[in-house]
Amino acid sequence: MAQAQLSGIKTGLQADVLPPRRHPLAEFWRRYRRNRLAVVGLVIAILFVITGVGAPWIAPYSYTEQNLDAVELPPSLAHPLGTDDLGRDQFSRLVWAARTALIVAPSATVVGVTLGLVFGLMAGYFGGWVDRLIMRLSDVLFAFPGLLFALLIAATLQPRFEAWLLRFEVTKPWVRSGYAEFLVVITALSAVGWPGLARLVRGQILSLRREPFIEAAEALGIPAHRILFRHLLPNALPPVIVAISMGMGGAILAEASLSFLGIGIQPPTPSWGAMIINNFQYWRRPSAPWMLWAPGLVVAALVFAFNFIGDGLNEALNPRERR
Amino acid sequence: MFRYIVNRVLWLPVLLLIISFITFALGVYGPGDPVQQLLGQRSDPETVARIRRELGLDRPLLVQYADYVGRALRGDFGESITVARGQPVAKLIARGLWVSIQLNAVAVALGVVVGVPLGVLAAIRRNTLLDYVTTAGVVMGISLPSFLTAPILLWLLSYKVRLLPPGGWDGLFSRSVILPAIVLGAGPVAVFARQTRANLIEVLDQDYVRTARAKGLPEVLILGRHALRNALIPLITIFGLMLGGLVTGAFITETIFGIPGIGRLGFRAFSARDYPILTALTLLIAVSYTLANLLVDVLYAFVDPRIRYE
Repeated sequence: MAQAQLSGIKTGLQADVLPPRRHPLAEFWRRYRRNRLAVVGLVIAILFVITGVGAPWIAPYSYTEQNLDAVELPPSLAHPLGTDDLGRDQFSRLVWAARTALIVAPSATVVGVTLGLVFGLMAGYFGGWVDRLIMRLSDVLFAFPGLLFALLIAATLQPRFEAWLLRFEVTKPWVRSGYAEFLVVITALSAVGWPGLARLVRGQILSLRREPFIEAAEALGIPAHRILFRHLLPNALPPVIVAISMGMGGAILAEASLSFLGIGIQPPTPSWGAMIINNFQYWRRPSAPWMLWAPGLVVAALVFAFNFIGDGLNEALNPRERR
Repeated sequence: MFRYIVNRVLWLPVLLLIISFITFALGVYGPGDPVQQLLGQRSDPETVARIRRELGLDRPLLVQYADYVGRALRGDFGESITVARGQPVAKLIARGLWVSIQLNAVAVALGVVVGVPLGVLAAIRRNTLLDYVTTAGVVMGISLPSFLTAPILLWLLSYKVRLLPPGGWDGLFSRSVILPAIVLGAGPVAVFARQTRANLIEVLDQDYVRTARAKGLPEVLILGRHALRNALIPLITIFGLMLGGLVTGAFITETIFGIPGIGRLGFRAFSARDYPILTALTLLIAVSYTLANLLVDVLYAFVDPRIRYE
């Protein structure tokens, strides 16, 4: 420890006592993996991605295949998680629902984060009326009850959007295959999601703007867009990365909530939220616990995972968290 | 300070106008025409047109909206279309509001009574088993969705072990409150515990705490007289933010437990596309959220003199 501090001062003079220089990514990984739970979270997230991508090969049955002779079966070897009220294999539906979540959650997060970044950067850097306008807009969205707003947007968009897609030959099949619903849910979730991030980025920019290196850049006459993207943005990123990770968990939860309330992803496309509500009415029946718990626990595990990843990233990226 | 408050209060009506307009427009352009919902299968175009006229749905959006604002200012938020045909929305909401306020108050109280002591314990016994268990519980409280915890608790405590009634509302002091209060309170407990722990750990690192220790002050006094006060002040801000989340949570929780509050009203209104109710509910939530946050900001400046608003 003392050596490390010393070497920090005498850089270059005593190359032999310097700690080995690591590639930034290696250093990042060294600090990230100190948080065991964050590593567990990462493993869960990777499993989630594999399941979503490999759904057709992992799921033993089709997610639409009904078998009315095998309705509401308890877990067995043939059906590891039992079957639902239409005799569909629960495990297969669970696996396919991972693909639904894997499409919706990252897209909604990416769109929301991009909007938040752009608006936050503009508000923080330009200030004045731009700042006031953007902050007022985020005030409005904050005052809206989030889930209700997402519901209203999704419900309003869905028929219009599908009607619009049906006008073009290329996009026609999307409606029947359910992609339109995905786009609707993604739009609704990102519309609700960006203001929080915009405020975070704005705060970052406001505090960074007073730093000498930005003043120096301005004094040198570097154009605004270059200062924004080359100097401000990279320094504002770490908390944003953490927020993205937490936001992924939130988006998975929000998608499930929307489906739970019957908006967004429509049957037969499987979604964890819809599986929970479908099976909820059967909570008194013998096979019910599994039908309810399996999708619920998967959602919970993923929200867990992304929370822990967020913590790990925070410790790895935040210089103040050095331990 | 005074100017700041005036500015914020003046902004409120503007905010409400924007929010009501967005909700109203979404309602008018929304799917699931309420008239269709009302008439069901047997709807000939003539009847549909007549009812649309009766409800004033055939007029231009801005005219409808101006009319709505004018009447809303006099406390008339229209009548329910589908959920309770012909009943004034204001009455329906007023009926559910008191139930929801009671339920949410229990949830927040749980958050303070359970969450804060947990956070304090975790902070002073840092890096012990107790701390780890609390941290794990906090993550669970934040990440477990109510549509999972509610069915599991129902199945466990109401079906397997017939300990508690599965739902309904028999007033604040009855056994039926317990399950929904736990489901709704899990979030606040977790948030309060996490914030308290983080704040207290930071405060305990401060110089004045070290000074107090150096003076030989007993740990209880350091905590009670110096550390806790400063650690708990930031918790005030959570109250304001929590309001929005609670209402949303009550949406699902009240529906699952069959509690006649505004959450279930909102769910039913949404399922039946009863937009007068939805618009009024959104406005109500927006007003209370904004007012609560204003109050919190003012209170915060009052309690912590270091805070100054321009």
